[in-house]
Amino acid sequence: MSGRRSRISEEEIKELISKLRFLLPETSRQGGSRASAAKLLQETCNYIESLHRDVDDLSDRLTELMATMDISSAQAEIVRSLLRS
Amino acid sequence: MKSSTRNPNPNPDTPRFGPSKLMVAFRFLRALTLVHRTAPNSSNAARSRRIQRAAFASMAYSAGPRRAWSRALLWRLHFHRARRLCAGRSRAAGVPRRPSTTRSPADELRRLVPGGTGMDYCSLLEETADYIRCLSEQVKLMQSVVDSGGPRGR
Repeated sequence: MSGRRSRISEEEIKELISKLRFLLPETSRQGGSRASAAKLLQETCNYIESLHRDVDDLSDRLTELMATMDISSAQAEIVRSLLRS
Repeated sequence: MKSSTRNPNPNPDTPRFGPSKLMVAFRFLRALTLVHRTAPNSSNAARSRRIQRAAFASMAYSAGPRRAWSRALLWRLHFHRARRLCAGRSRAAGVPRRPSTTRSPADELRRLVPGGTGMDYCSLLEETADYIRCLSEQVKLMQSVVDSGGPRGR
């Protein structure tokens, strides 16, 4: 019974891992499905860290920009483009 | 002729009624306005931290309690807000620490994804996928704010 459960989990895990691989940027995807799960997890960690750094950098840039930019017009533009897409 | 706006989601993995980009954008832009209005005399570093918090907050609020990572972020944000009122400076809430390099990849992932510690492997993978999706959307949103606030948007 526990054997059957682990088999189902293995398939689930493979599916989830391939979903993750799909989410990573092109440059991080290693060759095909032969990449080990550990490697993929490492790439995922790298990607998340780089996203966190992006948020950090963009926060700094927004801080600088806020002093001069007109937020309401930026808001209007962003909402308009989101409604269009 | 443009197709109906309610077109069925072609990708069965992304929830049809998940956090809409519009919702996240509204929250984040509203938070930006607040930071702009209420902290005119703060240092740039302090305002940057507030914007960073606002980014994670708008992500988490829009995702709501349906995800472990958003629940963990929301808890962290509230907890740190209470601490900040009592204590002095602290690291920006909701911002994950820099992980050490001696852990296994799965454990490292657990530290990076909010709420990941103690999660089983399967849930961790699911949460990670959702977290990455929302995080990358947040980055795109912030980038578009920067783009529209540039020299053109005066």
